[in-house]
Amino acid sequence: MRKDYRLEKRKWVIIGFVMLVALIFVVRLYNLQINDENFRASADSNAFLKKTIYPSRGLIYDRNGELIVYNQPAYDVMLIPKDVHEFDTLSLCRTLGITSEQLQSRFEAMKDPRLNPGYSAYTPQKLLTHLSAEDYGKLQEKLYLYPGFYIQKRILRQYNHSTAANVLGNIREVSQKDLENDPYYQRGDYCGDLGVEKSYEEYLRGTKGAEILIRDVHGRIQGHYEDGAHDIAPISGKNLKLALDYSLQQYAESLMVNKIGAIVAIEPATGEILCMVSSPTYDPLQMVGRQRGENYSKLKSDPLKPLFDRSLMGAYPPGSTFKPSQGLILLQEGIINTSTTYPCSHGFISGGLRVGCHAHGSPLPLKPALQTSCNAFFCWGFKNMIDRKSKYGNSADAFEVWKHHLVSLGYGYKLGVDLPGEGRGFIPNDRFYNKIYGDGRWSANTVISVAIGQGEILATPLQIANLGATIANRGWFITPHVVKEIQDTVISEQYTERRYPTIDSKYFDEVAEGMRMAVTGGTCRLANLPDIEVCGKTGTAQNPHGKDHSAFLGFAPYADPKIAVCVYVENAGFGATYGVPIGSLIIEKYLKGEISPQRKYIEERMLESNTILYSGVKKH
Amino acid sequence: MLVIAGAISIYAASYDFDNASIFSFDEFSGKQIRWISLSLILGFILLLIDARMYETYAFPIYVLVVVVLALTPFIAHDIKGSLSWITIGSMSVQPAEFGKFATALALAKLFSGYNFSLNAKPSNYMKALIIILLPIVLILRQKETGSALVYMSLFFVLYREGMSGLVLLASVIAVTIFVVAVKFTETLILGIPSGEFAVYVLIMCLMVGMLALFERRLNLAKNVAGIFGLSGIIVWILSVFEIEVPGTIYFISIISVAVLYCFWELMKNYTHRLLISIITPCAAVMFLFSVNVVFNDILEPHQQMRIKVNLGIENDVRKYGYNVNQSKIAIGSGGLLGKGFLEGTQTKLKFVPEQHTDFIFCTIGEEEGFVGSVAVLALFLALILRIVSIAERQPSTFGRVYGYCVASFLIFHFCINIGMVIGLCPVIGIPLPFFSYGGSSLWGFTILLFILLRLDASRKMRHNSIRG
Repeated sequence: MRKDYRLEKRKWVIIGFVMLVALIFVVRLYNLQINDENFRASADSNAFLKKTIYPSRGLIYDRNGELIVYNQPAYDVMLIPKDVHEFDTLSLCRTLGITSEQLQSRFEAMKDPRLNPGYSAYTPQKLLTHLSAEDYGKLQEKLYLYPGFYIQKRILRQYNHSTAANVLGNIREVSQKDLENDPYYQRGDYCGDLGVEKSYEEYLRGTKGAEILIRDVHGRIQGHYEDGAHDIAPISGKNLKLALDYSLQQYAESLMVNKIGAIVAIEPATGEILCMVSSPTYDPLQMVGRQRGENYSKLKSDPLKPLFDRSLMGAYPPGSTFKPSQGLILLQEGIINTSTTYPCSHGFISGGLRVGCHAHGSPLPLKPALQTSCNAFFCWGFKNMIDRKSKYGNSADAFEVWKHHLVSLGYGYKLGVDLPGEGRGFIPNDRFYNKIYGDGRWSANTVISVAIGQGEILATPLQIANLGATIANRGWFITPHVVKEIQDTVISEQYTERRYPTIDSKYFDEVAEGMRMAVTGGTCRLANLPDIEVCGKTGTAQNPHGKDHSAFLGFAPYADPKIAVCVYVENAGFGATYGVPIGSLIIEKYLKGEISPQRKYIEERMLESNTILYSGVKKH
Repeated sequence: MLVIAGAISIYAASYDFDNASIFSFDEFSGKQIRWISLSLILGFILLLIDARMYETYAFPIYVLVVVVLALTPFIAHDIKGSLSWITIGSMSVQPAEFGKFATALALAKLFSGYNFSLNAKPSNYMKALIIILLPIVLILRQKETGSALVYMSLFFVLYREGMSGLVLLASVIAVTIFVVAVKFTETLILGIPSGEFAVYVLIMCLMVGMLALFERRLNLAKNVAGIFGLSGIIVWILSVFEIEVPGTIYFISIISVAVLYCFWELMKNYTHRLLISIITPCAAVMFLFSVNVVFNDILEPHQQMRIKVNLGIENDVRKYGYNVNQSKIAIGSGGLLGKGFLEGTQTKLKFVPEQHTDFIFCTIGEEEGFVGSVAVLALFLALILRIVSIAERQPSTFGRVYGYCVASFLIFHFCINIGMVIGLCPVIGIPLPFFSYGGSSLWGFTILLFILLRLDASRKMRHNSIRG
């Protein structure tokens, strides 16, 4: 048999060729199957339709169990761009009640990487939000005409009262930043914005559920993936019970109409915030639905800043409401005792410096000084403390001691209220003054105005109210908070623990009595209710921008305080003109439930008065 | 023993098909199992026939099949534009599949003729070419381009039996020219598409290379390279002065100059080996000219698109690229170990069209993963190598040529089918042997293989009888 051995070698060329091809195939398979993860995702996006089931958001009740915030369904029109085929745009527009230009611009906005940075043809995109139930019904019927489209049910908020917008907050669509920060969110989700909606977001939102549906090449749903074994039922958000008393809140808001300022009322024994008003305010309903964006920017550009929660963000000079804290510090430091008197000759006069005061007897001990709100007393006390080199060495160290006491009373730092955006006010320290005046080149006289809550001192109405609660408790407070209970959850220890300032409780009675005297026979006589022992302190805070701010700090009843309140009305003049009447009405309303007929005239005056005129802000 | 091992691997291959996807297509699976049983029976019958019968009746069988192929378009039903299916009773049969073994037998018979040598005289080439080209032409008339192309693989056999290796080289060059010229048409260099430009440069390099290889004595390579280099520099300098030399004219003229120069040397020295170095560039240039004509005028639009998609010129995942894209997704989503038997979402939910026939490999890729796919590749590789070795050990030319024919068909199916499924070559509708659904294909390969086994078995018997 003839055999050509030269040709036989050629089998190696053929074998080599096949081996080479097989090798290329293996490499290719390796690249496709092991190196590249995208194919798995593509296959999943082909086959699985992951539908999120949204849990219902936690409801919000007031302290008496009255429902304040609840949910209403809303419908978003969603689409997955890659699944969208040509469709009759005109009929879709007719169904949705929009023009084809609007639809066109919505599509463009959806694909615009600046407006919608997460755009992908493979993921659900939102075309329209907040469809009415009627439009929803119409679209649902015709949905089969529009492959790739589907309707996502969402939850919007609904409010029983148009109050407490600053405390409640609202919900908005998540931003790009939210998406990056928290993997829980998906594009188009809602999250809390401002108020308890934000600070208690994690409780309120619940846990999303999911169902994984299988669909075939034509997009027909074939059923649940592995018979729903991977489906997750949503867990509803937890309900909140607020500390707010809704009728009190509403009443307080009505008193603040046409005024700029804030009211904070705290239940001293628990630190629960009974009402928290920032004026001007807005209707929380404005923040719901399709008009939210428009309303939001309107509120944002309002010169009266309704979105700025003055009750906990505003930094005001506390004025004379600061004096009780001064009395406490002086007593604690032994600068004065209950009978120490300081002279007042229509003011504090020292080294060419004069801080004015009004006419009253002189010299005075602490209690009458609180009663008459004598500037001179507290200036002398402060001066004696800061300049007492024998005790503190130098002014700076004495000032540090002074500041430390104030911080322990809740000033200068955030109190830690359970709401976002709390301000810290301002209490200067020695370094601050060293910077301004030079090391050691300042003394009590240089900074004397801080002794009467003026100058550099700034406090939030919440901090001022908290001082009232501390005095009411005779020496301790619980961090103020607006949420009383969370469903099935124990609220944080932070809001149940007593905090003790660095001042002995024995000194508080003295100050409380002084505040009682201010009501019975001093600056706060308008708050002298016949059957409630109210304690109070006015504040008239000078401010460089216009008329004085009118402030009031009080609590009641004297023996067993149930409420501590701070009223702060911008540019309203003396503390006695607005602060005291409003504060007393709040106390009366809370403790009695109604205003006695004899005091109706005060209520009327407060409801009708307008102090925005003095603010210098022109409202258009 | 080895025969049995080979047979087992075939059974394993066909059994694996059962396993891989059949239960997801109940209708198909039932039929396919019937086809498999029938093919096994057929196999045994084929084994019972005396080996010499195949040799004896090779030409009659071939003629018969050719006649059937020629008649097919007239009696076939139109199935998706293809005229290749004949319906007999309840069954549809694709005669093209049976053409394979007939052609293989005829080719083997031709080569086994007394003192037949491919290179002995040109008419031998002609005979071999006619045997191969006849079914191609007939099948093309049935609009089954893929099946027709399969016969081109028989050039491997010719190569093995003495055809010059240059033919294979030329086809590699031709494919390269085709791909480069079709793919790079975007940017223009010297007024011609960059692809064409690259092809010209390639031809020049090729010419210099061939001269250097075949004519070391004459310094021809250096001179030609010098001509090319010099002219290139001139063109470049001109272009600096913003004088554009028309690319086509430049390349044609400069290559002509080089060719004429070589021709002159040829006349002077009478070295015939120069001839190939002259013909190649000429042929290549002609081929280049014909590429566009072939691509745009002869290929049908869907074939053009498939090639474009494969070369990445078009990225059309909705229509022409849909199949390949989905099939890549299916395979790619399989990962290392696959999604598990019947768990493939891509294939189970019918995202890949033709997944039970031409795109069957997707199912394996998706459900059995990288491991399973490589195992299947290995199985095919083993089978092909086994057939090559069986072919090589045949004492008779008939057996050897026949064996190589079987190997060539398998190689072509293997390369093209898996290549298209994983997106390496354009979509050509041919099945994956033993795996794809379809009786004709299975039978076709069964016949091919079992005749080979029969031939091999008779070799053994002969061997044994000599020993005994």
